[in-house]
Amino acid sequence: MRILLYALSVSVVVILAFWAYGEGYETRATERDVARLERTIGARHQELSMLRAEWAYLNRPDRLQELAEMNFETLGLIPLAPDHFALADQVGYPPPAPPALPTPPASPQVWAEGEALEQKIGDVIVMTYRFGADAKPRVISPPTLADDGEQLP
Amino acid sequence: MIRRRRARGLATDPFVPVNPTVPRPQATVVVPRENPEKVRSRAERRLKFTTVCFVLGFAVIGLKMGTIAATDAREPATGGLAGADIVSARADITDREGRVLATNVTATALYAQPRLMINPLTAAEGLAQIFPDMEVEVWQKRFTSGSKFYWLKGNISPEQQQAVHDLGEPGLLFGQREMRVYPNGQLAGHILGGARYGQQDVRAAEIKGVAGVEAEFDDYLSDPAREGAPLRLSIDVSVQTAMERVLASGMRLMSAKGAAGVLMDVNTGEIVSMASLPDFDPNSRPAPPTEGTPGDSPLFNRAVQGVYELGSVFKILTIAQSLELGLTNSGTIIDTSGPLRQGRFSIRDFDDYGDRLSVTDVIVKSSNIGTARIALEIGAERQQSFLKSLGLFESTPVELAEAPGAHPLVPARWPDISTMTISYGHGISVSPLHLATAYASVLNGGTRVQPTLLAREGPVVPGPRIVSSRVSAEARNMLRQVVTRGTASLAEVEGYQIGGKTGTADKPSPAGGYYDDKTISTFAGVFPAQDPKYVIVVTLDEPSIEAAGQLRRTAGWTAVPIASELVRRVAPLLGLRPDFDPGVDTFGEYLTQTAAQR
Repeated sequence: MRILLYALSVSVVVILAFWAYGEGYETRATERDVARLERTIGARHQELSMLRAEWAYLNRPDRLQELAEMNFETLGLIPLAPDHFALADQVGYPPPAPPALPTPPASPQVWAEGEALEQKIGDVIVMTYRFGADAKPRVISPPTLADDGEQLP
Repeated sequence: MIRRRRARGLATDPFVPVNPTVPRPQATVVVPRENPEKVRSRAERRLKFTTVCFVLGFAVIGLKMGTIAATDAREPATGGLAGADIVSARADITDREGRVLATNVTATALYAQPRLMINPLTAAEGLAQIFPDMEVEVWQKRFTSGSKFYWLKGNISPEQQQAVHDLGEPGLLFGQREMRVYPNGQLAGHILGGARYGQQDVRAAEIKGVAGVEAEFDDYLSDPAREGAPLRLSIDVSVQTAMERVLASGMRLMSAKGAAGVLMDVNTGEIVSMASLPDFDPNSRPAPPTEGTPGDSPLFNRAVQGVYELGSVFKILTIAQSLELGLTNSGTIIDTSGPLRQGRFSIRDFDDYGDRLSVTDVIVKSSNIGTARIALEIGAERQQSFLKSLGLFESTPVELAEAPGAHPLVPARWPDISTMTISYGHGISVSPLHLATAYASVLNGGTRVQPTLLAREGPVVPGPRIVSSRVSAEARNMLRQVVTRGTASLAEVEGYQIGGKTGTADKPSPAGGYYDDKTISTFAGVFPAQDPKYVIVVTLDEPSIEAAGQLRRTAGWTAVPIASELVRRVAPLLGLRPDFDPGVDTFGEYLTQTAAQR
């Protein structure tokens, strides 16, 4: 009985020792990780503040003014003045787009009809409404080039 | 245990053993003694074991103590994100929109340890080639003098660092540090001030503010508890840029030797823009001047440190007080026949404006005689207490290191002649910032404001009342008329009803008396006059311009056009919508707007 108790407690001590050893190592590894992360965060902060300084430097009013003057032809930027204010009514909005016309579906049947009609009447194109909007797209007279390259009518 | 049975009956037989009354001592079991040799060796073993235990225990403790004593103290690696959060030793400074005015970047310092040097003479030659300002002989002497350490350069560029690396000299070493940078260059140089290195080490260097906001908030900016939260100023970068540009071109045009401008929020006292020319770049702050008057140095902040006799701009303060006291109203007729004699002095006007003018016209025409007469009615004591309540007797509380040193110059005694001259701004010297504060306090509806360079947070708490809101509205209306039909007619900007007063004062000469040909020209105004938002003060030092056929020095020809251009440029940037409705210029509108505001 007593021997069993001793054996048990010794094994418990051994197990606990292993566990504590493992925990200790894990803690140290985690500490190293955290320290590394903190260093990274610090470095990133430093980079961030460097970038902020650079951003502020690139956006300094003197430089922006020079850039605006260099690109005046394309941008046309001038200092803000009182006459740049206007009422919303005075803004020249583009006119509202007209309501889209309902387009009749171009049915292949109509095209077929047209083709048949065309066959019948030969080369003459009659511009009826069927032949107009619904006509199957086709090149009527491709531009012909003369030998010297001049475009012929 | 076995007990002997007691004999019963009497003992008749003499040979019968008598049972003793006292029980005999029982015979103890005799334990055979152990071998003493064995006992001794066992005891010895036990003692040895105990000794070993103790020795081991103490050895462990001793070793641990030794290790602790021998190693450097180290903070626990974890716990808090202190290392990650605080990277900059000093917080940024931003404008009111959060645009960076001052920040830190990492920099490299160069130092030398001559003992580590292989060839000090070549090292000095190489350094002199990289840095032209280093002299070969001087550094050769120093490197061979036996000293252990020299700082060579505070911060060097990456190219220079590479060049020093290429020298291959182990005695030349680099240190990491932070450097204060003002990315906008000269912009707001007087406000920011500048910084320098304080205590320095090869691993880091302390940055200390030298002047301006940097010096005033030195502890605040370097306080680790604030974790690098930026200091937000009331300055607006775009407005400040426009202000400095307009002032600079105006100063050139008017061939003035200096200029100052203040733009202040009329209700909160926030300084949106403040400039003083000539200025300097806080990135390379010049050394203080060793000769000449300090007032002409670029380091001198004319808007805060410069106290000048500002002239007629003071008249509106006198008139406002007289209206407040009920001595006059805007239509009261004042005798302006001159010259007005007081003892051995006589007060004259710039022109003869006739024998009588209304109070409004005294302001519009800028009559010294009229103002002096009104001031005599007010009396010296009441005038003093009024000017004192506007903060014109003490230095401004603005957050600049230079501000407490800028005391206004007021006469020690206050005879009637002082009352009269001070009523139109002579005999008292204040800074443009003082004037802006006084104007804001009188014209915002009549409550005192404190000038500040910090962006206000939270609602505005009106200060103590200076004048009633009606008097404030009347004063603004008079100032507006100065622009529409008086001395400041060039100030008109369509859409922003500017009201303001000009002031031209002869400069006092150091030899006593006043210069004939040197003036301080000032325009102080408010816009829009019917619904005041901002106060503007423009001061030019010794301006002159050839205009309309003669040389002009008065503010109406010099400071006023600049102020007008300034408002035209700055007001749209401040988000003020111009109002082209002529109806806003009626006095009724002034009263309505004032009533709506308070």
